[in-house]
Amino acid sequence: MNELEDLYREIILDHYRSPRNRGELPVPPAHRVEGFNPLCGDEIVIFLDVRDGVLEDLKISGRGCSISQSSASMMSAAVKGLPVDEVHRLVRSFKSMMTIEGPPANAGAPDEPTVEPVDPATLGELGALQGVVKFPVRIKCATLAWNALTQGLDEIAVGSAGGA
Amino acid sequence: MTALDVQALKKEFPLLTRDRGDRPLVYLDSAASAQPPQAVLDAMDDYYVTTHANVHRGVYAIAEEATRRLEAARVKLGRFIGAPQPEREVIFTKNATEAINLVAYAWGRHNLRRGNVVVLSEIEHHANLVPWLMLKDELGIELRYIPLGRDFHLDLTDLDRLVAGARLVGVTAASNVLGTVVDLAPIVAAAHATGAVVLVDGAQLAPHRRVDVAAADIDFFALTGHKMLGPTGIGALWARAELLETMPPFLGGGEMISDVRLDGFLPNELPWKFEAGTPPIAEAIGLGAAVDYLEAVGLDAIGAHETALVGYALEKLTAAYDEIRVFGPAPDPVRRSGVISFAFDGVHPHDVAQVLDQSGICVRAGHHCAKPLMRVLGVAATTRASLYLYNDESDIDALVGGLATVRKLFSR
Repeated sequence: MNELEDLYREIILDHYRSPRNRGELPVPPAHRVEGFNPLCGDEIVIFLDVRDGVLEDLKISGRGCSISQSSASMMSAAVKGLPVDEVHRLVRSFKSMMTIEGPPANAGAPDEPTVEPVDPATLGELGALQGVVKFPVRIKCATLAWNALTQGLDEIAVGSAGGA
Repeated sequence: MTALDVQALKKEFPLLTRDRGDRPLVYLDSAASAQPPQAVLDAMDDYYVTTHANVHRGVYAIAEEATRRLEAARVKLGRFIGAPQPEREVIFTKNATEAINLVAYAWGRHNLRRGNVVVLSEIEHHANLVPWLMLKDELGIELRYIPLGRDFHLDLTDLDRLVAGARLVGVTAASNVLGTVVDLAPIVAAAHATGAVVLVDGAQLAPHRRVDVAAADIDFFALTGHKMLGPTGIGALWARAELLETMPPFLGGGEMISDVRLDGFLPNELPWKFEAGTPPIAEAIGLGAAVDYLEAVGLDAIGAHETALVGYALEKLTAAYDEIRVFGPAPDPVRRSGVISFAFDGVHPHDVAQVLDQSGICVRAGHHCAKPLMRVLGVAATTRASLYLYNDESDIDALVGGLATVRKLFSR
């Protein structure tokens, strides 16, 4: 029962029942990106409004389990209004927390940013999701929205670099 | 309430009786994969320990014995499903999925042209959808679907119009999601009346009910070993010999040829024409032992046991939980299997299954490889408990008790 209560913390269930930033944004100007978890059929749609390098607004729709939905809700609250490079930094920190082994000792290639070990306490509400790591199958649920967010931001970056 | 002595039976399944400390295993996921009894493990073990050699090649004693055991398993399996020519019409495959792909590849590519119609149903497993969707992309065939009715049975009202002009009708014999056992007779009659062949996905029926492919008058029947107490890695396609004779081979390689020259080859006789390479010998022998086990217990007894138990489960679950909505037909000795899919109001199936796992209860949560059916049902996923001969009331009671934790946790 303790492990379960660690997984389903009150704050997680609160975000599951009352998801923040739920809805849609008009496309364009917003950018729309989808994420799927083929294992369980969960799906997420994120609408991103990036202006002058800042994630001014985002909305989330779709459906899924308590972990994927609450993670998406907490993510939306954490990244809204942040400069895009800070969003990327937060994504890396979150995904580092969601790694079973923790970050590699000397992280990879020179062009790949080094991932610092993350103290969940510094992640605010998001730290509540660290209990998910004990349930490896659910890590995909917790990272679904984050992967979609990264994909969306990358698509926007490519689009603006190409002058679109 | 049951003719089976489940307490005695359970002792023959090592994983179900293994000491797990204070958390006994409540296994309710046999529709995904059933547990093998000791007799199946022993048969495979004995093969490797006493007589392992490649089959259909060696002239030495253990090679001949290996071949004999493999072919004996084929005949056993064929008789088990009522095959008129078990020694020629049973093709060993990796699983039911490969069996259906064999039909789509060898029969489909040889017989279907652009615009030809294949009729499936809305309740099919991806295994009986994707091979045909691939042919749709490749050949431009037209796919039609028998719809699901409000009673969770196939709606056959428009059947004659749907199958008119079809070349193949492919349906599941029992839904892996709903527990619906499909009434094949009217579908077979309508299909044959229009000149179509009938493929039946028997993965969810063969383990639970007596199958007679000849009496059912069907043309292709696919099954898989691990859902019927056998090992993984072995399944089978049964098809009428006349059809198999007209079909080109599936995979090419050793074993499936009678002669090979640098400019061509001659295929082997049935059934080996469709079995390229060294087959899964131990797995086939294990499946043969599983058939022996099922025959000894008796399919009629298994069916009656499951019908009684699914009735008990549905009654207990719906009485205890207003939040539960079951997706499946009412209990029925013929038209309902032991598969129970449900929604638990306000809690996602993944969360339900996660909480149940903490009590040692194994259920499946997800789309069950039937995403089109999930869309018809209007859900992303369901929680599924599925029963077999080794389950009893205590497993159902554990499930009902486990769901109380779900309710408690999510109504905090």
